[in-house]
Amino acid sequence: MKGQLQEQALHPMPAARPLAAAERAKVLEVIVRLRALPGALLPVLHGVQDALGYVPPGAVTLIASELNLTRAEVHGVITFYHYFRSTKPGKQVLQLCRAEACQSLGAVALEQHVKSRLGVDFHGTTADGRYTLEPVYCLGNCACGPSLMLDGELHGRVDPQTFDELLASARGAA
Amino acid sequence: MTTTLYVPCDASALSLGAEATAKAIIAEAQRRGVEIRLVRNGTRGMLWLEPMVEVETAAGRVAYGPVKARDVAGLFDAGFLQGGTHALALGALADHPYLKNQERLTFARVGITDPLSLDDYLVHGGYRGLPAALAMAAPAIVQEVTDSGLRGRGGAAFPAGIKWKTVLGAEGSQKYIVCNADEGDSGTYSDRMIMEGDPFVLIEGMTIAGMAVGATRGYIYLRCEYPHAYRTLNQAIATAYARNYLGQDVLGSKRAFDLEVRLGAGAYICGEETSLLESLEGKRGQIRFKPPLPAIKGLFGQPTVINNVITYASVPIILDRGAPFYKEYGMGRSRGTLPFQLTGNIKHGGLIEKAFGITLRELLYDYGGGSYSGRPIRAVQVGGPLGAYIPASQFDAVLDYEEFAKIGGMVGHGGIVVFDDTVDMAAQARYAMEFCAVESCGKCTPCRIGSTRGVEVIDRLVAGEQKQEVLLRDLCETMLAGSLCALGGMTPFPVLSALNHFPEDFRNVNRP
Repeated sequence: MKGQLQEQALHPMPAARPLAAAERAKVLEVIVRLRALPGALLPVLHGVQDALGYVPPGAVTLIASELNLTRAEVHGVITFYHYFRSTKPGKQVLQLCRAEACQSLGAVALEQHVKSRLGVDFHGTTADGRYTLEPVYCLGNCACGPSLMLDGELHGRVDPQTFDELLASARGAA
Repeated sequence: MTTTLYVPCDASALSLGAEATAKAIIAEAQRRGVEIRLVRNGTRGMLWLEPMVEVETAAGRVAYGPVKARDVAGLFDAGFLQGGTHALALGALADHPYLKNQERLTFARVGITDPLSLDDYLVHGGYRGLPAALAMAAPAIVQEVTDSGLRGRGGAAFPAGIKWKTVLGAEGSQKYIVCNADEGDSGTYSDRMIMEGDPFVLIEGMTIAGMAVGATRGYIYLRCEYPHAYRTLNQAIATAYARNYLGQDVLGSKRAFDLEVRLGAGAYICGEETSLLESLEGKRGQIRFKPPLPAIKGLFGQPTVINNVITYASVPIILDRGAPFYKEYGMGRSRGTLPFQLTGNIKHGGLIEKAFGITLRELLYDYGGGSYSGRPIRAVQVGGPLGAYIPASQFDAVLDYEEFAKIGGMVGHGGIVVFDDTVDMAAQARYAMEFCAVESCGKCTPCRIGSTRGVEVIDRLVAGEQKQEVLLRDLCETMLAGSLCALGGMTPFPVLSALNHFPEDFRNVNRP
């Protein structure tokens, strides 16, 4: 117990809300399914994020003990990779490309438009909980930029106008 | 009679509406009571014409593009199922100037076949290299790859055969074949095009590598920004297992090769090979000191071949047609072909597979048709975010690993990002430093701290503090010489090239 307290002081982690029973069950299901893989931690974290939308800080202890790792190791991996998130995202994740090929076609202006339209900065979630905005460094669509990915769906040749149309149609579909 | 049509399932085509086009074609055919068979092919790589629809006619395949969903009814009216004329008609693609003079060895099937059809792959020359390899002794396979002159296509251009030979000769209880599919450089998508458009060629290439060095396990480390490629690869791997091209007894040879796709998680640094291996092991993607080389102590401490997608995908044709065939292409020490990718502010963006030796100017103007905006091209960045910016005065440079290095450039992965004359090169230099700061793994100081200091120094320089230029050059020198890997060690290339070729952009004057 004492050791655990010391570790917490050295590695400040987000306040870990205990996992709800349903979340815990999902996390355990992922762990049981993937734990035998060599180097299982990334597949497990992907599995948890696929299931819950994020990796809840409350899952760190569970993942660590089940994979025989320290909490620091698990926390360290989650925070190293841009893709893994520790907070619940909005209903849809919008990844906006910031890389050079998109810049050459106006990605910087598009970025300003998107931020002001949604009223959030990168990593932020809109007030209505609808979108989480993330930067991404290349979606591999460099001949058809500027590009963005909305919940895994790639869109090319996006400008402020087509972005607004995309939002309108996404809203209409919901 | 059933007419066969092709609408690409490639992510770039989808990003421009290919899914809606495909659905519109199916609906319109149904409405008119016409029987069609719709094949979802890869892209031909003429991306400004996507979504491109091809129709199998009595006179061969003819193309139309770009076809939006709203164009579909009009195409039916024009009789496009019989190859009828229409404003969007492109004719037979074999005669198209963009494709006619390409040398498609690695990309021979991409855009032509159904990526998920193993039978299509077999009909179009697939799985000829693997049987040839299975009939050879391991050192002979390695020798064939060495003789072909194939060098790592990921950017470092290390001779593939030499790497394989090291792994063949290394002792280990379990050797591995790892594919670097963490194609994170802006301006590149050739790996993605192969994985989505012809996944079996990658699977075959990795299997041959396994046979060559005695490795029975392979991993494809794929960036998670490529969900379409992830699905395609997994389906193709399942098919290859079902048909005995993977598994415990590959093609009845009594030799095993297992293959699995693993997803990255948005870290650019994991394209660096040792960082990738750490990530595959389930750790933070921090780079390793070298030596030991991955060929000696790689994944889980075992001898490991690690090459990128295009490298493996180029192997089947080498084993099928022989090293001399492949070596015929290219110049100097750069043998074979490279898929160049024209991107950014370019009119005709796409993939051009050519032998080494083509010039930038030919690519930018003969193929690319100039800028997308119609304004003069001012600079191009070749080889990703760590590649130098090349000014218009150097567009006659020849794309060959050694020749291009002479002008301070790096061919790298063959990505070319085009900027017109509205670009602010000081902003590009600042972005290079900012990107390095975001993506640094944090292991070495020049990269971790230098990149952040670099952003600050450029900000002060642009604000008018001219003496900051000395500081910036000094900082770049430190990063170049003192960084552990290419991220910190090459970030100075875009920065210094911008500063050297476009000094006016760094002066505090009224820039447009």
